Amino acid sequence: MTQKLGSFPGGLILNGQKKRSTQVAIRKMPLSKKLILPLQQHIGEASTPIVSVGDKVLKGQKIAKAEGHVSVALHAPSSGTIIAIDEQPIPHPSGLSALCISIETDGEDEWIKRQPIKDFTELSEHEIRQLIREAGIVGLGGAGFPSFIKLNPGVHHHVETLIINGVECEPYITCDDMIMRERAEGILDGIEIMLFALRVKNCVIAIEDNKPEAISAIELALGARPHLHETNVVVIPTRYPTGSEKQLIQVVTGKQVPSGGLPIDIGIVSHNVGTTYAIARAIKYGEPLISRIVTVTGREVEHAGNFETLFGTPMHELLAYCGTKRQPEEPFILGGPMMGYNLSGDHLPVTKTANCIIVGVDDGAKASTPLPCIRCGECATACPVSLLPQQIYWHSRAKDLDKAKEYNLFDCIECGCCSYVCPSEIPLVHYFRFAKTEIMNQQQEHAKADIARIRHENRLARLELEQQEKELRQQQRKAALVATQAAKAKQTAELSTKPQKTDSQETQ
Amino acid sequence: MPLSRLSSPFLAGTNRVTLQMLQLLVALIPAVIAIVYFFGPSVLITMTLAVVVALLAEAIVLWLRNRPLKPFLTDGSAVVTAVLLAIALPPLAPWWLTVTGILFAIIFAKHLYGGLGYNPFNPAMVAYVLLLISFPLEMTTWLPVANLSEQPLDISSAFQFIFNGQLTSSIDTVSGATPLDAMKTQIGLHQIPAHIFQQPVFGLWGGKGWEWINIWLAIGGAFLLYRRVISWHIPVAMLMGLSAISLVTWLITPELTGSPLFHLVSGGTMLGAFFIATDPVTASTTVKGKIVFGAGVGLLTYIIRVWGGYPDGVAFAVLIMNMLVPLIDYYTQPKVYGAVKS
Repeated sequence: MTQKLGSFPGGLILNGQKKRSTQVAIRKMPLSKKLILPLQQHIGEASTPIVSVGDKVLKGQKIAKAEGHVSVALHAPSSGTIIAIDEQPIPHPSGLSALCISIETDGEDEWIKRQPIKDFTELSEHEIRQLIREAGIVGLGGAGFPSFIKLNPGVHHHVETLIINGVECEPYITCDDMIMRERAEGILDGIEIMLFALRVKNCVIAIEDNKPEAISAIELALGARPHLHETNVVVIPTRYPTGSEKQLIQVVTGKQVPSGGLPIDIGIVSHNVGTTYAIARAIKYGEPLISRIVTVTGREVEHAGNFETLFGTPMHELLAYCGTKRQPEEPFILGGPMMGYNLSGDHLPVTKTANCIIVGVDDGAKASTPLPCIRCGECATACPVSLLPQQIYWHSRAKDLDKAKEYNLFDCIECGCCSYVCPSEIPLVHYFRFAKTEIMNQQQEHAKADIARIRHENRLARLELEQQEKELRQQQRKAALVATQAAKAKQTAELSTKPQKTDSQETQ
Repeated sequence: MPLSRLSSPFLAGTNRVTLQMLQLLVALIPAVIAIVYFFGPSVLITMTLAVVVALLAEAIVLWLRNRPLKPFLTDGSAVVTAVLLAIALPPLAPWWLTVTGILFAIIFAKHLYGGLGYNPFNPAMVAYVLLLISFPLEMTTWLPVANLSEQPLDISSAFQFIFNGQLTSSIDTVSGATPLDAMKTQIGLHQIPAHIFQQPVFGLWGGKGWEWINIWLAIGGAFLLYRRVISWHIPVAMLMGLSAISLVTWLITPELTGSPLFHLVSGGTMLGAFFIATDPVTASTTVKGKIVFGAGVGLLTYIIRVWGGYPDGVAFAVLIMNMLVPLIDYYTQPKVYGAVKS
C-alpha cells in the first residue's frame, strides 16, 4: 500500500543502538521474592487499596480500585501475602516516595479465576471500556494515561482513524519492536477490540522503517485476517521524534492537533502496540495488566534484551539478572536516552510505564559548563513543533516567564532535539521544564491568592452585613424599647389618672 | 568517568561553537592566499597582530569581569573577529589602526554588552566603521594590486611600513583608489561605466584582484554552507537583494551605475554575505527573519555604495540591520505546531 505521508519540521536522525537488545527473543524475568506496587502508576488519581496487610492474594487479584474518573485498578502480579501498605521510593526523577502495596510472593504464582470473553462483539462499548479500566490498562508507551478514556470519544466526536503506534523512535528502546515481532496476533486481536469499541473501521499501524522484522510479522498476521481490510501497516521513515503522538499524527495524516487540544478533536485516536496487546489479553483471556516487556540495554549490560517483567519487580534484580557491571546506587536511565530520566535508587520497582532501562549510554552528553547561546538557531531548525528555543531560553534564563509563555513554551514536547544539537551544550530542555514548573507554580499561587482575596472580600461583606443587621436589630430593639417605654409611660400615666378617675368615680 | 547530564536528553550531538569558529577560519584560507597574492604579504602581519591583541584584550576583560579564561579564549570568537577585521582593513594599515580597531571591537562592541552571545552589533564591523569614520585617510589607502606595480611588496618592507610608517624606496605609491571608489568618483565626473572599466584598476567583472578575492570568499562560503556552519538564507537573501536593486537601476540608468556583477564581486560583498552578515549572534535568528535581514543588508549595501557618502556600504548595512534584529525576530516567528487551523 502506498500512502502519501506527511512530515514535521526538524527532528533528528539518531543512531538507534537497537541491535544490542534485539538479538534474543523476549525472555521471562524470574519471579521476585517481593513485589512493590506503587498505587499511582498512571496519570490521574492514585488507586485506593482494597486489601489489608496480612491478606493472601492470588495472581491477578484486584488489590486497589480506581478512584475518580481518571484512574485505573491495580492487581497482584503474583500470588502471595500483603506485607505492607506504606511509603516506598518510587521511580521518579526527584527520588520521591509514595504509597505502595508490597507483596511477599509464595512462589506458587497461582491465578485467580479468570473470565475470558469468547465474543467481545456481544458486549457494549461501555462494557469493553469498563473491562479495560478494571484490567488496569494504561498507555504503555511511556505516558501511562488510562486507556479506557482514549477509547471513549464521547458524543461530540467522530473518530475517523485509529493509529497504532509501533514507531518506537527513541534510541535503545526495543520492547515495542519485539512485541510486534513475536506477538503480532495478539496486537491484531487488540486492534479488533478497539475498532469495535470506537465504532471505526480505518486503522493505521505505523512502524518505522528500521524495524523490517516487525513490519513483516504484522503484515503476515494481517494477511490472514481479510476482515481487517481497512487496517494497514504504514512504514514511516526513521526520524526522532516520530513516535511522539502529535508528530506521528502529522506524519500519518498530514493534520495537526490544535494547540491545547486532543487528537480526538481531529478524529484520531492513537494507542501504543504494547497497550493494544494488553487490551487483547484483558478481554480475550481475562488477564489484567500485571506485567510488561522491559528493554534492558546499554554499554554496561552483558545480556541485553527484552524481559517480560511483573510489576513491582525491583529494578536492581532485573539488572542483576541481565548481568550489569553496575555498582550499587550507580545511576541508570529509565526510559529512552532522549526523554527518560536518571535514577539511582536500588529498590525501585518496575511500573506500568517502565519501558526501558539503560545502563551506560554510548556518546552520552557530558555535564560540561555550557557556553553562552550564540543564537545560531540550530535548535529552531531541529524543533519538531517549530518553536524558537533560543528565544524561550533567553526569556526563561532572564526569568521573564510571560515572554517565555508568549513564545509558546507550553507547546514544547520536551523531546530534547534542541539540547542535542546545541553547539554551546546548553541543556535547553532543562530550562524549559524549569520555566514550565515556575509558571505553573505562579498560576497556583495566583489561584491561591485569588481564593484568599475572594474569601477576604466575602468575609468583609459578611462582617458588614452582620454589622448592618446588628445595627438594624439594635435600632429595632431601641425602637421597640422606646415604644414599650412609651407604652409603659402611657400606661403608668393612664394608671395614675385612672384611679383618680375611679377615685372620683368612687367619690362620685 | 565524567558526570553525565542530570536530566534528559542524555545524548548530545557533536556540533560545538569552537568547531564552527574553526571551520569559519578554514573557509577564509583561500581568500587570504588570494589577498597575499594580489596585495602582498602585509595582510599576514596585520592578521597576526590583530589575533594577538584580540586574545590579550579578551583575556584581560575576562579577568576583569571575573569570568573563566579557558572556555572563552578557546571558543575562537575573538580570533574570528580579529581575522575578519584584518581582512577588511587596507593591506598597509599602520599597527595602531589595527590595535585601536581590535581593542574597540573586543572591549566595547563585545564585552561591554556581555561578551560572547550578548553583543547586538557585529564587533568586527563596529571596529571597522569606527576606524573608517575616525581615520578616513588611513582606511582608504589601498595598495595597487601587486602585479600592477612593478615590484611587489616583500614582507620586510611591509613590516617596515606597518610599524614605522616608512616605505622602502622601491615603491612609488601606496595609495591607489579601490575599484568601488574609482567607479563612484568617475561616475561623479560623468564618465560612463564602460569607459571607467578600461582603467587599470578594473579587471574582468570588477576590480582587478578584488574580483578573485570575492570569488574565493564565495567558495569559502560554499564550504561553510556544505558543512552547515551557516544556513543559506542570509547569504542568498543578501546577494539577491544586492543583485535585484543593482539590476533594476542598471537597466534604467546604465550610465550611472556599475553592473550587478560588478557589485557582486566588488568590495566587501562576499565577505559580508558569507562571513559577516551570517554572524549568528548579531543576525536575525528566525528563518524568515534571516531572509529579511539578508535582503536588507543587500539593499542597504547598494544604497550606501551608490547614493551614500562612502564607496562601500557592507559594514554600515550590517550594523543598521543589526539594530533591526529584535524587531525582525519578533514579527517573523514561525507558526507553532497546532496553531494552524485544520
